[in-house]
Amino acid sequence: MSTERQDRSGGQPKIQLVGVGKVYPGTEAPAVEDLTLDVREGEILVLVGPSGCGKSTTLRLINRMIEPTSGRIVLDGEDVTDVNPNKLRRRIGYVIQQIGLFPHNTIAQNIGTVPKMLGWDKDKISKRSDELLETVGLDPEVFRDRYPKELSGGQAQRVGVARALSADPDIMLMDEPFGAIDPITRERLQNEFLRLQAELHKTIVFVTHDIDEAIKMGDRIAILGERSVIKQIDSPERILASPADDFVRDFIGSGSTIKGLNFQKVDALQPTDFPTLGPGESGDEGRQRIASSSHDWLILVDEEGKPQRWLRAEDLDGDSSAWQDRGQPVEHRIGPNDTLFQALEQMMQNQGGTACVVDEHGRFTGVVDIGHLTSAVSTAKSDAQEHQAAAAGGAA
Amino acid sequence: MDALTGLWEYISSNQELVIEQTIAHLRITVTAVGLATISAVLLAVLVYRFSLPRSIALSAAAIVLTVPSLALFAIFIPIVGTGNTPAILALFLYGQLPILRNTVTGLTGVSPAVVESAKGMGMNPFQLLLRIRLPLAMPLILAGVRITTLLTVGIAAIAVLVGGDGLGYFIRLGIIQQGFPFADNAIYTGIIFTILLGLLLDGVLRVTQRIVTPRGIQA
Repeated sequence: MSTERQDRSGGQPKIQLVGVGKVYPGTEAPAVEDLTLDVREGEILVLVGPSGCGKSTTLRLINRMIEPTSGRIVLDGEDVTDVNPNKLRRRIGYVIQQIGLFPHNTIAQNIGTVPKMLGWDKDKISKRSDELLETVGLDPEVFRDRYPKELSGGQAQRVGVARALSADPDIMLMDEPFGAIDPITRERLQNEFLRLQAELHKTIVFVTHDIDEAIKMGDRIAILGERSVIKQIDSPERILASPADDFVRDFIGSGSTIKGLNFQKVDALQPTDFPTLGPGESGDEGRQRIASSSHDWLILVDEEGKPQRWLRAEDLDGDSSAWQDRGQPVEHRIGPNDTLFQALEQMMQNQGGTACVVDEHGRFTGVVDIGHLTSAVSTAKSDAQEHQAAAAGGAA
Repeated sequence: MDALTGLWEYISSNQELVIEQTIAHLRITVTAVGLATISAVLLAVLVYRFSLPRSIALSAAAIVLTVPSLALFAIFIPIVGTGNTPAILALFLYGQLPILRNTVTGLTGVSPAVVESAKGMGMNPFQLLLRIRLPLAMPLILAGVRITTLLTVGIAAIAVLVGGDGLGYFIRLGIIQQGFPFADNAIYTGIIFTILLGLLLDGVLRVTQRIVTPRGIQA
């Protein structure tokens, strides 16, 4: 398992929603009902759910764009339910799907909006906006004096993120930030954002309706049902391995096991030993090794131990120089840092249904097949269930 | 040709009076439009967020336009006496609707995403108005001012009937002197200089509109 996604427990939560509810005047059913939720410092918590479940409302309750009708909102241990909402919002970065750049202001002015309200001096503001443009991958020389209408959708969203970061808030709220962007740019922005977050360690609440985006972006995912009731909250891999109920299972959709393979690395597997034949070894030795193993093939390795070809017993006749034209070349290798999803893909491409595993230096370590994946999946599932049982026990 | 020569002769022989009355006409128009702009924008700022006051204000401004002009000029005489003042008051009221309507449209027409992000950054209602809504509404406000100006330049000719000045002087003269030679020349002088004044003011406002429209929202 990756260390990046380990729980950062200990210390108080950065954001706490305590029994928060929102009832709009004139309606009986609450839009958000009695929601209690902790957001840990430095994590990306994704709120995901079907449209109309109240996930955006929940997000907007945190910076009080919507005032809660019940419950408390606590940031850093400080109850902010009743503080001046405008001051509160200047401490919290806010990014929305439609971005909402100010069309009459230049890019630099857009980014400098909050610093200006906070009374920074001009030099500091322009230095900060140049720095942020670079952070989000836009050349300040080119972009600082442009106007929003001169930007593409992807560029505008980068500026939106830069603007939200301008006063260096600890907390960022992002409401479907990449929702209106074409799939290719979206993926690039997602990756860049994850890379940025690895440096910045902001506490982020991220709303999306797209479960795949949630799985990709979230350290933890909260799956919300109607009235923002939390159906399950956990790491993506544990939700995929063990959905709490039918609602969650339906929402994740088919392929959750396959998606879950993205969260496990090959180094967690124990590859099967496989007969090999090194340089200078004879065909007889090779045939013997095949015979004494349960396999029909062996792997020809070079002097450094890197896998070269798959060979059968009958390929080992004659001089070793002729072997180079026989059998199958090893076209794909998977390393310890590849995911099980990548391993699966190679198994599908390989006739034998196996994938050739190498260590970080490229040396052959063994092969894995579908059996390895099945047991990894079932281990993940029982781990997740154990964790959930422990969490439930802890809560009770 | 003869008619044109006659008109030209009339204008040149009354050159000083024409200039004097054109300036007086300009002064009445600019005063009325200036006051109307201030009041209509302020009124729009007060009412744009509330639907009932907003429709009351818009309806009132529209009803004013249906009052016959002559009557509107006359009703202020008992209060402020004759002269330019009742004329300016009447023109001030006439000028409300275009500016009020355009300003309300401009203030409410700001994209919800822009408003949402401005609020999300912690702008209070006053900052939102001053930094976001008004600058974005500026082109529409100026368009309203231009319509009001054209409207006012034309109607200002009535000022002369309540004891005021302006290019209406020549029109009234022409009416009084009907049947005499050159009576038509007086009327045409009034019309032509009113139109020229309107075109001049519109040109000035068009340039102003370009200057005050933020570069990022220029077409």
